[in-house]
Amino acid sequence: MTLHKTLLAGASALALSTGAAMADPVTVGLITTLSGGGAGLGVDIRDGFQLALDMAGTDAIHLVVEDDGQRPEAAVQIADRMIQSEGAQILTGIVWSNLAMAVVPAVTAQDVIYISPNAGPSALAGAGCTPNYFNAAYQNDTMHEAAGEYANTLGYQNAFIMAPNYPAGVDALTGFKRFFQGELAGEVYTQLGQTDFAAEIAQIRASGADSIFIFEPGGMGISFMRQYAQSGVDLPIISAAFTFSQDVLPAVGDAALGVINTAEWSPDMDNEANTAFVAGFQEAYDRLPSVYAAQAFDTANLILSALNAADISDLDAFRAALRAADFDAVRGEFAFGNNQHPIQNYYAREVVSVDGVLTNRIVGTAFENHQDVYAADCGME
Amino acid sequence: MTAALLFEQFLNGLQFGLMLFLMSAGLTLVFGVMGLINLAHGSLFMIGAFFCAAAAGLTGNFWLGLAAGMAAAAAAGALIEMTVLRRLYSRDHLDQVLATYALILILSEGTKILFGPFPLYLDVPPLLTGTVNLGLTEYPLYRLALIGFGLLVAVGLWFLIARTRLGVRIRAGENDREMIAALGVNIRALYTVVFALGAGLAGMAGALVGAVQSVQVGMGEPVLILAFVVIVIGGIGSIRGAMVGALMVGIIDTMGRFLLPRIFATFMEVNQASGVGAALASMLIYLLMALVLVIKPKGLFPIHG
Repeated sequence: MTLHKTLLAGASALALSTGAAMADPVTVGLITTLSGGGAGLGVDIRDGFQLALDMAGTDAIHLVVEDDGQRPEAAVQIADRMIQSEGAQILTGIVWSNLAMAVVPAVTAQDVIYISPNAGPSALAGAGCTPNYFNAAYQNDTMHEAAGEYANTLGYQNAFIMAPNYPAGVDALTGFKRFFQGELAGEVYTQLGQTDFAAEIAQIRASGADSIFIFEPGGMGISFMRQYAQSGVDLPIISAAFTFSQDVLPAVGDAALGVINTAEWSPDMDNEANTAFVAGFQEAYDRLPSVYAAQAFDTANLILSALNAADISDLDAFRAALRAADFDAVRGEFAFGNNQHPIQNYYAREVVSVDGVLTNRIVGTAFENHQDVYAADCGME
Repeated sequence: MTAALLFEQFLNGLQFGLMLFLMSAGLTLVFGVMGLINLAHGSLFMIGAFFCAAAAGLTGNFWLGLAAGMAAAAAAGALIEMTVLRRLYSRDHLDQVLATYALILILSEGTKILFGPFPLYLDVPPLLTGTVNLGLTEYPLYRLALIGFGLLVAVGLWFLIARTRLGVRIRAGENDREMIAALGVNIRALYTVVFALGAGLAGMAGALVGAVQSVQVGMGEPVLILAFVVIVIGGIGSIRGAMVGALMVGIIDTMGRFLLPRIFATFMEVNQASGVGAALASMLIYLLMALVLVIKPKGLFPIHG
């Protein structure tokens, strides 16, 4: 054996032994949308999660990231591969409810933990709740319920409401109506992926409404707001955070100024964890974090806190540690309800311009310690 | 329902239809002249919007952006034609579909690498902001300008095809490729020019529409599907057919989205009616396409009799 080879063998033996001396890192699989039109959301989730690991300076987690291309079948394949070949024990990262519905039931049935950093479909919050599924973001309806409640606070009497015609859009209008006490001047479903809203804006113009509630995530919201700004209609808009999150605000432009939108987090929240997060995110990625990045950051810290408290090989203890949610969330107070979805505050935020950059500022509180309505149908205690 | 609302919706349909025409014109020309199915036409639309947004962002001038968007799309079109598509003319349509689908993926990811994953900002030029009073209703000036622009391009295209030497060659190429080559016309150059022209029109549509839409990766594909519906209705290869088909699709889609939920609401609950109405409205243009194909299997204005 040459000297060179001996050294190499020695070095690798040494590397193996030190590796064994420390606790093996837990493999976390992050499946998210990094290509196509919805890539902005997934990029923020990936970056927020990675930032939490970097700031904690930990090697307790071995992170594997893959792109689902916003396709449910791809997400399912990736989840299988991560569990079987990479040995992932925790999965996270999915942006969209339809992808979560395809992945979560299959994954949790194999005793792999799934922690949602965004999607919160009602089917997983009620009777379909399961001990291996945690939602560290929100249940879908609650964001819109907060908008309905805050519309009451603002004194709106006659709202025109609009959302895309797909399950999350129907949930949005249902959630809004659950708490809004005024009349409806109109209720319109748009097509998913619609880019031209002239026909809807004309109906708003003719409706006699005093306010508009919209749920048009991603590009749809950008298109609507641009066209709305050009339309000469000047009614106040209220919405959930998705349509006015940091990832789309630069593209919407000044048309978004003054819009009220509800969320469980805002970049200006004054707590230690959030200040460090926003500053760290800006330094690392040179842009402001969105609500998706904040949720992913909290998800990562939630996992780290549980790994600190319990060994994942004892699943019962690890789940109990997750349920305890003993970490400093950037959104402030955070606790899990019986269905392992958050009980948390929802705030009204206003789009403002700070030094020429559009962002959100908290202007009021819609709900304190709000829980989703589906928790009552969940059999877990 | 008032006359003002109907009138506004009619204008919306007209404007939507004319933007569809800009997309469909290039698609139908390329199919008519070269017999090529180009799924990547939507990507050229996207390229136009992205380069327009980037150039307008840098210079602060929308019109420079528009020129940049058109130039970039036309250049990308010419490049694609010379490097990839040229090898596909003699292959069957399935090969063309596969290759141009691959181009969609390459161009989408390339755009993401170049411009980043987040949507870009592109504003309406200051000259065209605000609304005008049309008597019956207020209407956004920019949309009115889009109607004017679309009509202008339609007239320009008609002139190009009916009155110029290039137009003669394009029409000849549609009718008999071998003969026009035998007559000494450089058919390869003609193909590149036609493809770049179609790409430039798609880029123009992308840039114009980009100012009131989200400039994002994948923005071209929904428009592409509609453009295919348009050229199937109009008759593949026919510019006149593309115009008529685009206006039909634009107006019927807009009116359907607005009227159907109201019609259903007369005998259903409002929230059910809006769901059912919206679902049916999204099918309306495909029903129209099916109907046209039953009556005239080659479309309304077939090129090859």
